[in-house]
Amino acid sequence: MLATLILEDGTVYKGEHFGAFGTKIGEIVFNTSMTGYQEILTDPSYANQIIVMTYPEIGNYGINEEDFESINPKCLGMIVKNACKNDSHYKSKETISKYLERNGIIGIEGIDTRSLTIKIREKGVMKCMVTTDAIFTEDDITQRIAAICVHKADKDIVFKVTTNEPYVVNPNGEIDLALIDYGTKQGIVNSLAERGCKVTVYPAGIDSKTILENGHKCLFLSNGPGDPADCEFEIKTVEELIGKIPIFGICLGYQLLSIALGAKTYKLKYGHRGGNHPVINLQTGKVMVTSQNHGYAVDRNTLSGIMLETYKNLDDDTMEGFSSERLKIYAVQFHPEAKPGPTDASVIFDEWTALMKEYQAYPVRKADDMVNV
Amino acid sequence: MGKIQGLKKVMVIGSGPIVIGQAAEFDYAGVQACRALKEENIKVVLVNSNPATIMTDENIADKVYIEPLDINILEDIIRKERPDGLIASLGGQTGLNLAMELHRAGILEKYNLKLLGTNIESINKAEDRELFKNLMNEIGEPVPESEIVSDYEGAKKFAERIGFPIIIRPAFTLGGSGGGIAKNEAEYDQYVTTGLQQSPINQILVEKSIAGFKEVEYEVMRDANDSCITVCNMENIDPIGIHTGDSIVVAPSQTLTNNEYQMLRTSAIKIIRALKIEGGCNVQFALDTKSNQYYVIEVNPRVSRSSALASKATGYPIAKVTTKIAIGYKLNEIQNAITKKTVAAFEPSLDYVVVKIPKWPFDKFATGDRILGTKMKATGEIMAIGRTFNNAFKKAIASLEEKYTGLTMRPEFESIGYDELIEALSIQDDRRIFRVSEAIKRGVEPHKISDITKIDYWFISKIKEIVDFEKFISQNELTEEIYKKAKEMGFLDSEIAKIKGVDEKEFEKYNVEASFRIVDTCAAEFAAMTPYFYSTYNEECELDKIKERNFNKKSKGNIVVLGSGPIRIGQGIEFDYCSVHSSWAIAENGYESVMINSNPETLSTDFDIADRLYFEPMNIENVMNVIKKEKPLGVMVQFGGQTAINLASKLSERGVKILGTSLESINAVEDRKVFEKLLRDLKIPQPKGRGVKSAQEALDATKELGYPVLVRPSYVIGGRGMQVVYNDDELLTYINEAFKFSSKHPVLIDQYIEGQEVELDAISDGKDVLIPGICEHIERAGVHSGDSMSIYPTRNITSKQEKTLVKYAKEIAKKTNIVGLMNIQFIIKDDVVYVIEVNPRASRTVPIMSKVTGIPMAKIAVNVILGKSLKSQGFGVGLYKKSNLICVKMPVFSFQKLNRIDPALAPEMKSTGEVLGIDTDYKKALLKAFIAGGYKFGGRKQRVLVSLNDHYKKPALKIIKKMFGQGYFIMATWGTHKFLEKNGIPSKMIEKFMIDKLQKRMKEGRLSFVLNTPTLGKNSQTSGFQIRTIAEMYCIPCFTSIDTARAYLSAVKTYDKKVRLTTDTVSNYRKKHFFDFLFNKTK
Repeated sequence: MLATLILEDGTVYKGEHFGAFGTKIGEIVFNTSMTGYQEILTDPSYANQIIVMTYPEIGNYGINEEDFESINPKCLGMIVKNACKNDSHYKSKETISKYLERNGIIGIEGIDTRSLTIKIREKGVMKCMVTTDAIFTEDDITQRIAAICVHKADKDIVFKVTTNEPYVVNPNGEIDLALIDYGTKQGIVNSLAERGCKVTVYPAGIDSKTILENGHKCLFLSNGPGDPADCEFEIKTVEELIGKIPIFGICLGYQLLSIALGAKTYKLKYGHRGGNHPVINLQTGKVMVTSQNHGYAVDRNTLSGIMLETYKNLDDDTMEGFSSERLKIYAVQFHPEAKPGPTDASVIFDEWTALMKEYQAYPVRKADDMVNV
Repeated sequence: MGKIQGLKKVMVIGSGPIVIGQAAEFDYAGVQACRALKEENIKVVLVNSNPATIMTDENIADKVYIEPLDINILEDIIRKERPDGLIASLGGQTGLNLAMELHRAGILEKYNLKLLGTNIESINKAEDRELFKNLMNEIGEPVPESEIVSDYEGAKKFAERIGFPIIIRPAFTLGGSGGGIAKNEAEYDQYVTTGLQQSPINQILVEKSIAGFKEVEYEVMRDANDSCITVCNMENIDPIGIHTGDSIVVAPSQTLTNNEYQMLRTSAIKIIRALKIEGGCNVQFALDTKSNQYYVIEVNPRVSRSSALASKATGYPIAKVTTKIAIGYKLNEIQNAITKKTVAAFEPSLDYVVVKIPKWPFDKFATGDRILGTKMKATGEIMAIGRTFNNAFKKAIASLEEKYTGLTMRPEFESIGYDELIEALSIQDDRRIFRVSEAIKRGVEPHKISDITKIDYWFISKIKEIVDFEKFISQNELTEEIYKKAKEMGFLDSEIAKIKGVDEKEFEKYNVEASFRIVDTCAAEFAAMTPYFYSTYNEECELDKIKERNFNKKSKGNIVVLGSGPIRIGQGIEFDYCSVHSSWAIAENGYESVMINSNPETLSTDFDIADRLYFEPMNIENVMNVIKKEKPLGVMVQFGGQTAINLASKLSERGVKILGTSLESINAVEDRKVFEKLLRDLKIPQPKGRGVKSAQEALDATKELGYPVLVRPSYVIGGRGMQVVYNDDELLTYINEAFKFSSKHPVLIDQYIEGQEVELDAISDGKDVLIPGICEHIERAGVHSGDSMSIYPTRNITSKQEKTLVKYAKEIAKKTNIVGLMNIQFIIKDDVVYVIEVNPRASRTVPIMSKVTGIPMAKIAVNVILGKSLKSQGFGVGLYKKSNLICVKMPVFSFQKLNRIDPALAPEMKSTGEVLGIDTDYKKALLKAFIAGGYKFGGRKQRVLVSLNDHYKKPALKIIKKMFGQGYFIMATWGTHKFLEKNGIPSKMIEKFMIDKLQKRMKEGRLSFVLNTPTLGKNSQTSGFQIRTIAEMYCIPCFTSIDTARAYLSAVKTYDKKVRLTTDTVSNYRKKHFFDFLFNKTK
């Protein structure tokens, strides 16, 4: 059965449908990972997005019960060259098509994904529609393009993907860590828990007072979807916590910390999504290959004096991490938890949890303590 | 940071002759290394014994030594050149082993020569089985239960404890030679003995077999700052147990989850860090199909065949980056050659699938053991790129250049009965994939096939998609939609036409064209300029964009060069040499060069050789797809060996201009009848011949021609199935055998003139002919020219004969209107010069002759083809002047890798590579050739086994006397013994059937060499055959031509005189004047 992809600029791609039926409008982005489609599908940072996989053979090892990054996938659609119908893996429980179908995600295969990727690379990410409706007329397409153009991205997307209720992972962990879930990947929580953290996961709407009053020794800000500048509430919360508790952040968490410290973020033309991004540690000169998924970057020209750039992307020189030892803030743009992607950066969790252990002895400040930033 | 200070001169060691397991990939790596060093203004001293390589060209390195790869020779070069650094990790196992030897002999230290890149200790840790095992245990990486043993007793104890099957891997051998999987005690006994023998340190690893696991490889890079990346991973479609060089390989892995992929990647990086490798490294894993259990199988601390494949599969130049790392750069300081914006510290992302299939020599060696195991048997490989697995896989099958291009519709398998087919599914040989396809076609359940073959279900189901679609095409009316889908899946027009029973031309109405995509290392994330393409269907074509970008240079038009496809016996690296040089020459003439080839090992498929590279099967349809887009002025077919020549007529039929020698001329020399007439017209003598269709006709023919005669079937080319017969009995044996195979085609019978064989390569511009030099063969006629030793310049040709040779060459070139290269083979007997063969194309000897004469033959040929006269090119016309350089070419064989192959020299070619011994003194050049060819000198003179057929008893007498005189003891088989007795030469008689006794002697090294002239019959049961194969197995020199034996004895004599071998660059040898030479000697 036919399925159609219509881009904001009017380009139409026709392919074969797999997964769920329906029509969705969202932002089209591409991911260059060659493995890990299951993790990508279930990464909440892809909320409201339609993902183009540049690797052509997708679904080869099916969907298993272990490699989920969140309970429900949040992306709207997936576009591939070839979706596997006869997957092969001892852990596989169902085909990718079946999984998408069960979760309301529209899949289109048989698309010239390389040309589509080049288009996104050259024109930048844009809005698009995926639909399984039968489209016959020019008028229909024109109307649909108009609908795409007026579509507004959901500014409160973080609140749609965060947990409803707080919960604790690894209750017997020695490090008392609070994590604000902006759409966290399971990999982050697991990486922390594995290293001895008792992780208390809070919804994005949590206020600073609660975090401090609950006596956590450290705070972790997770990844999440959307434009960081839209997250006014979250930024305010972070601002209130800076200096009062050691804070660590990944991806959106890193961006929110940057904004809270006075820096600015900007939208990348087509983002970084994949598992092959080289990042150099500016202190050691060592290169790590990292897993990335972000559409925004922090502008290094807007860093305040208290922030020290720690990591840099070797592909396009964008900023990938900063720290502030005085404020006990450490954050990176990329994903040390990998899932999918290389695990080179997992050392960052080792370094951070080592610091967290040190910080266990420190007293937690009160909400109304003044801090000189 | 940056380059190591003070590095001015670096020595690069090549990998020596092409043998199974070590082929053109090291020429590709070596050239990349030399170029990377020259970019840094470092002087390069190159040593390699292989004259067919591009790396031994004078424009690649500053000083080129074509000398034996032997540490005494290397020391001489080091003493002379005093390089500051040595790069050994690009010369394969040979280069690595030599570096270790130089270290152990204290030579590196003595000359303060720094080993660049990975250090000695790391190499040792990776290569020594015991040290490696210990290191893996230390860092907690699992290795299969194994033991390192140095004797049979130890091996036996392990077997008792573990039980069969057991894998035997000898230490420090290439391509796993000497190893195997033993299923029982008898096999174990054999592998352990040969393994111990073939390991230079007499050490083998016996290992619990984990056959059936998935085999996955990672190509990893590390710099001195401990930054690591993986260039790519590759999954073997074949399970563990089949050597990765013999496996069908796909990149990237298809059936691994992200967790599995990353688990192995993390392990690979952990290992490369623990080993402190600096540069490229290959790590092989076995992964369970039902759990996360994995084992580290092997680490190659150097650039390898897999890394060449990975480079071509991803566009990431591993050898180049390895070189830059070796001279001190960090990954983030090296530019990404493809994007030119990013750096080498990244991991390629593919948006296509790559499939590699090995090319085996079993079409040539019909008696060979086709079972694949831990010992590599393939001589070459092909690679195909497609947007989907199905497309890449189909293309890969077509790239094999076999008679059939598809997965099914192969009579050999269609004719097998169902039960037999199911039974045969478990056989792991070169044809397994076709049996799988046939089984699918007959409805065998894919899971069942997967269970039997241990090939992952995913691959089986993909093959099923292809096979099912073929059925779908046959059962449905062909529509544009179906046709398009078939093209996307990789079906060739010729296949669809065959399925539908229609003419290919019918498909023109659909107006479907192939489109070309770019290999860019980054899945289109960044704009790339790489002119590296592969074809696809129903997608956008990116060619125009690239062409527009590159159109700033003024080009006179495009010219296509056809490459030579996979390396096989008879079509080796020499043709890649010619393709690369012609491509460069085309560019120098102001045209744009377009390369089409399917071989991932070679330099021609490096994307910075031609202006545009198309990685495509060398199939007429795929080649035409490129031509339709490129609209070239014409195609050069004369540089790509038989592969390219075979395409000439098909191209011409499609209106494509063949540049240089025209198709008519090619046909005139390739068509036997036309050619015979041509020679008759020119009054040039040729051996008489007949075509016969029955035994009686054959007998009649020989009555007229006289014995001996050369017989061959008419339907095979390239010397396949050729034989010399001496009497009626032998003739009838052959004829009956040949007609049993096919009675439709005549058998050709030629007069066999047992004379001096002479060969020359020439360039003709239609008017004049330039002959760089003439070579004479050491073995008398009857041995394939590729397998005979040859000498340049000639030593036994009179000046009158020389004049005749030149005259004939000129006449033939003119008469057939050759424009470009040609090769002529002659036999001289009783002062009569006969022409036996003319090849209207580049030959195997072009690289050698180019180097020893200093005439860049391929380049001059291109100039001539593009309109420049020979006279205008500065080398004159006629026979080029000789210098004082004398060289001996020696063929190198790979019999140890191939079981049950008769090593006897014959009219059909068997060698895989060659070496060159160069000097200004013939005797020294000869000795050098033997040393370079791997012969050991200086050992105790032991018994020699002599077994001669009747024909050669008399001619051998003088040589046997020589042997005796040089201190060897003769052991002879009954007939030979009697003959020697009669002629007064003492010998110990040994019965031919006492094979066991002989085997024991050879096993214990109590036999210096074997001289055995074979009796007729390809019967693998003859005792001669057994003696020869056992000798090969135990690495005992086995001469099957008395002429080779004579040359060997001469070399031994030179060695025994303790003559000091000196070295020099090829260009110096050419320059040396006789008087300088004398002067130096007296000084």
